[in-house]
Amino acid sequence: MLTATPALEIEGLIKDFGPIASLDGRMVRVLDGVRLRADHGKVTVLLGANGAGKTTTLECAQGLQRADGGSVRLLGEDPAKASPHLRARVGVMLQAGGLPPSVRPLVLLRHVASMYSSPLPVDALAGRLGIDEFGAVPIRRLSGGQKQRLALACALVGRPDVVFLDEPSAGLDPQSRTIVFELIRELRADGLAVILTTHLLDDAQRLADYVYIVEGGRTVAEGTVAELTADTSAEGLRELRFETVPGLDLPPGLLPHLFHTEDEPGRYLVRGPLTALDVARLAEWWDACGVLPTAISLAPRSLEDVFLDISGRSLR
Amino acid sequence: MSTRAPGARASGRTLDGGTAASLPARVLRHGAYEAAAMLRNGEQLVLAIVLPLLALAALVLTPLLDAYGASRIDVAAPGVLALCTMSTAFTGQGIATGFDRRYGVLRFLSTTPLGRSGLILGKAVAVAVVLAVQLVVIGGAALLMGWEPRVDGLLPAALLLLVGSAAFTALGLLVAGTLRPEATLAVTNLVWILLAAAGGVIIPAAGLPAVAAPVVALLPSAALGDGLRSALVDGTLDPVACLVLLAWSALSTLAAVRWFKWS
Repeated sequence: MLTATPALEIEGLIKDFGPIASLDGRMVRVLDGVRLRADHGKVTVLLGANGAGKTTTLECAQGLQRADGGSVRLLGEDPAKASPHLRARVGVMLQAGGLPPSVRPLVLLRHVASMYSSPLPVDALAGRLGIDEFGAVPIRRLSGGQKQRLALACALVGRPDVVFLDEPSAGLDPQSRTIVFELIRELRADGLAVILTTHLLDDAQRLADYVYIVEGGRTVAEGTVAELTADTSAEGLRELRFETVPGLDLPPGLLPHLFHTEDEPGRYLVRGPLTALDVARLAEWWDACGVLPTAISLAPRSLEDVFLDISGRSLR
Repeated sequence: MSTRAPGARASGRTLDGGTAASLPARVLRHGAYEAAAMLRNGEQLVLAIVLPLLALAALVLTPLLDAYGASRIDVAAPGVLALCTMSTAFTGQGIATGFDRRYGVLRFLSTTPLGRSGLILGKAVAVAVVLAVQLVVIGGAALLMGWEPRVDGLLPAALLLLVGSAAFTALGLLVAGTLRPEATLAVTNLVWILLAAAGGVIIPAAGLPAVAAPVVALLPSAALGDGLRSALVDGTLDPVACLVLLAWSALSTLAAVRWFKWS
């Protein structure tokens, strides 16, 4: 049975940073009203640009930072006062990894496992994530993707109910990425609450059951990927991409209500409430220029569009 | 890479979650892990074993300590044990902690059932383990060189070593938790050299220039060195040395608790 109470519930989270937070004039408010709820059996994604407050939010939820305002409940408890019992139910993969460079991966994983009374079998976990292939190489000599897999194993070895994964796919090669994504989906199927941050929209689109968009230290949008990308206006928001010779200038009057740009030489993007008539106008213009695109694609609004609409800036 | 998660649970399981190992198990395992890391590190071994052995040999072969006792090795050995305490608890442990902090290791481990308090207790255990190894190796070498410690001074000496390592561990944590790791490396090494040379560790505080002697006597290095010498040479517990070390332990623990930054 999955419990109905959320694994993590954050309301109005506030966090200030400064040399002495309460006294210093240069104090910066990095979180200003973050809201987040994560349920068991779901992948909850925290999406935002660098510096939006994703990692600080996670750190408050993990008990690594103390909130200056608002409430944080992790499995019904205050993470800032986490007991060993609570920490045993929560797995954490930090963004920078938190891995000691001179230690060997299997030594570290066994040591972390020894902090729990009934950890996962280390050899099987290491085999699953391919850690046995570099188990005796000092961590400082591992690739970024190898370190990520080790950090993930360290987060999972204690059989947690809740896992926090800060940018889990950073630095992964395509094969490792597939393995990690498969594992995340299995964790969800096993009833874990998976909470991950990413600035990669593709990751969010592939994994998320529920997305929170964080910008400027507050939650600015939330919903399932389908809800967030749904056509809310009558015309909808779509994008059209085409490839042809570089340097074509779209006449200003042709598509006045649409955003358009030449992303890369010869690759054009038109975004907005596109209609069939707009496509016909483009076709007429191609004909007048004497070009026929080598590729044309139409897509619904992506999470990236949603993010751009909300924050007015790109994630990258 | 195989395809099925180990220990995979059927979906819809009852959430009972991971359970923590007991507190003593966590602390002792972390102590053993850190002690093994310290003893495997080449630079640490030089600092912990090779330098004290060289110091012992140099002190026995030169007339440096002739003014302080009849037997060179009897005066030298307690000082070298004090030096060992400083190198392990302060310099070695401080540098390791500073870099662990830089790499986020402290943050990660404090999210496991070990927690922050378990991490610090584990470090204290690791210091005690390495110090015990040093006592066996350095003490053994000194015995071979003819050291005859007072048997009635062994208990006071053990007490002083305990309080002394607590004081230097807390000082090492204070430096590691407030400075960048490169600065920690420089500061702990520099302080170690200064205290070893003129801090009353090897040469008794009383043997220093009259202006410096009363100040040096209040340093934890002199309290440990002089205290160990009165225990192992005269068989007495030096109450002043003991109080000075207790005060340093208390103050530096409070300061470390107050100012230690985990990230």
